[in-house]
Amino acid sequence: MEALPNTADAGMTRPRLIDDPRDLLRHFLGQGYRILAPQERDGVIDPAPLTEPEALPRGRVDDQGPGHYRLRDGDPDRWFDYVVGPSGWKAWLYPARRKLWSAERTDDRLTFRDATTAWPKTVLFGVRPCELAAIARQRRIFAEGPYVDTAFAERLERSIIVVVQCARSAPTCFCASMDTGPRAVAGYDLALTELPADHGAAFLVESASQAGDDVLHTLGGATARPRDHAAALDLSRAAAARQTRTMPDDIAGGLKLRLESPVWADIASRCLTCGNCTLACPTCFCSDVEEVSDLSGDHAERWQLWDSCFNSDFSFIHGGPVRSSPAARYRQWMTHKLSYWHDQFGSSGCVGCGRCITWCPVGIDLVAEADRLMAEGTD
Amino acid sequence: MPAEAAISGSMRPQPYRVTEVLRELDDVVTLRLAAEDRAPLPFRPGQFNMLYAFATGEIPVSISGDPSRPDELLHTVRRVGAVSSALAQLERGAVLGLRGPFGSHWPVETERGRHLLFVAGGLGLAPLRPAICRALARRADYAGITLVLGARSPREILYAWQLAGWAAAGAMKIHVCVDHAGPEWGGPVGVVTSQFPRALDGIAPDRVSAFLCGPEIMMRHGCGDLEHLGIHPERMWISMERNMKCATGLCGHCQFGADFVCRDGPVFRYRRVRRPLGIREV
Ligand SMILES: Cc1cc2nc3c(=O)[nH]c(=O)nc-3n(C[C@H](O)[C@H](O)[C@H](O)COP(=O)(O)OP(=O)(O)OC[C@H]3O[C@@H](n4cnc5c(N)ncnc54)[C@H](O)[C@@H]3O)c2cc1C
Ligand code: SF4
Ligand code: SF4
Ligand code: FES
Repeated sequence: MEALPNTADAGMTRPRLIDDPRDLLRHFLGQGYRILAPQERDGVIDPAPLTEPEALPRGRVDDQGPGHYRLRDGDPDRWFDYVVGPSGWKAWLYPARRKLWSAERTDDRLTFRDATTAWPKTVLFGVRPCELAAIARQRRIFAEGPYVDTAFAERLERSIIVVVQCARSAPTCFCASMDTGPRAVAGYDLALTELPADHGAAFLVESASQAGDDVLHTLGGATARPRDHAAALDLSRAAAARQTRTMPDDIAGGLKLRLESPVWADIASRCLTCGNCTLACPTCFCSDVEEVSDLSGDHAERWQLWDSCFNSDFSFIHGGPVRSSPAARYRQWMTHKLSYWHDQFGSSGCVGCGRCITWCPVGIDLVAEADRLMAEGTD
Repeated sequence: MPAEAAISGSMRPQPYRVTEVLRELDDVVTLRLAAEDRAPLPFRPGQFNMLYAFATGEIPVSISGDPSRPDELLHTVRRVGAVSSALAQLERGAVLGLRGPFGSHWPVETERGRHLLFVAGGLGLAPLRPAICRALARRADYAGITLVLGARSPREILYAWQLAGWAAAGAMKIHVCVDHAGPEWGGPVGVVTSQFPRALDGIAPDRVSAFLCGPEIMMRHGCGDLEHLGIHPERMWISMERNMKCATGLCGHCQFGADFVCRDGPVFRYRRVRRPLGIREV
């Protein structure tokens, strides 16, 4: 991501109106950027390399519910009425599997070499507000602490982020109650709002950085009027109003008082400990390491791979795992996400994207379980 | 040209050579290490390193030597599984990988004027030894130094030669007890906590600062008993163990409530961890 505006007038270019999002894609392709953008593949819409602007999944909509996701046709003229797919941007910025370093043994020496990673200048196109918040939360962990994951930091630095504001919420969305959406107000380079058909102009384009300004200048298009802004804000307000799930306000403190609640065991009686929720979650960052050595015995590699607190080996020490019961593992996931994350990183670990609800095979609903826990008394 | 970014350099070990192997117990060795091409590693008592055995893996191991002698970098390893066994089998001259030091330390230097009580269970003496060395080097700073050590049997008393030396020098009091022993053992038999009343006899509990390291259950009961005897939870520290993959706060494995044991620990003030310690499977 380009840094937030660091010159007085960065991000100050007046928003424009454009008719067609493909104009923006053509601009970036012409400049030699790689574009990652949501596309339909294997029954889901998720970011993938885009070489052809026609590949945007125009007119498609995702039906989502606990344990349920299905694509269907929506209004054929609307470009961005779907919301978020299972993988999102995490898999790009923080790959599920990567080499960390290799070691060579020669005579009586050991030499270690860092692995490197290639990342062309890239546009992340169609990042949703909750996803932008998730990227910022992972950046806090990987790039703003005492130890830096330099590959993650580098990838973000060499990327331009184009947000698409949400006009529609899925039933699983609760970004409004997590304060991450449905309208992003900062932290992007460009943001598109797809205005309603009866408004007359298709897209409001706003910039929040120097890189965004540079694009706006070359784009052409009319300067936005106050009524265009008003229409965009109305649209976001309506999307927020349609959300049905609300995370309890006092969940961060409340969970700490309920570590021994009987509700944990009840959730565990349904949870398969499959870890789907942690894989789909855009902020989950846990990883394992793996040693790979070749037959010669003189070359070894260290690989890093995503891990999940639902794996029983995750907490293994001595004779067995610290968290052997599924109840303890679900408690770890939920308390970390909704409570301890605040202590560790100054915000919630949940951005309200609803993925863990949609992709749980048995439809366990994070918000409903949070409500149930809070309804129970304290320990 | 795509930019090439090195993946987190903090995960890459540095080569260290084993300069000496000390056989401590049947399944425990101490490795003396020297950096292949860099200056000795300064560390604080209680910190640990990630030790890497070539083509096998990497594990956290406490630094067990004297912090005033960083050129004598010591790690005491018990053979329990794949990586620790590979490390314990290394011979003099072998090379391993090391990253660190990581983590918090025993704050002996802030406890001046007080009576220091070290409580070790089994291999727990290894991470405490640097703190004891530091305290003994500045003996005049403290009202007294006491070590209570528990071992499974007389054959499993770690650093026995050094304990004898410390006892002979008279600078500290040492109480050793074992879980079981034959008739040749003249000392007490029982759990380590059973020695507390004797060890604290004649010492005002509000002047004691306690440092405990050993199995989690021993530390939990130990702190509970010491609190009962009047030692303040603010003046007790323990060293926690959790699964660790990165030691840099990035892999999530070592979480213990809101804390990362690798970064916020391994040494914690007892008061901070008392609540989660009392809850199962945190
Ligand atoms: C801060 C800290 C300091 C330590 N200091 C020492 C020391 O000074 N001497 C010593 O002998 N041991 C020490 N340990 C324990 C040592 O790290 C484990 O014995 C070791 O990880 C076991 O690995 P293994 O591959 O031999 O065993 P396996 O049983 O094969 O373990 C498999 C994996 O589980 C994990 N694991 C297993 N046990 C532990 C454990 N107790 N703690 C953390 N991760 C574990 C490791 O990732 C290990 O690779 C320390 C642990 C921690 C967290
Ligand atoms: S916890 Fe669930 S709703 Fe919250 S960010 Fe993760 S996947 Fe999305
Ligand atoms: S909550 Fe659902 S998705 Fe998560 S581990 Fe349990 S069964 Fe799998
Ligand atoms: S060991 Fe990875 S976060 Fe602590």
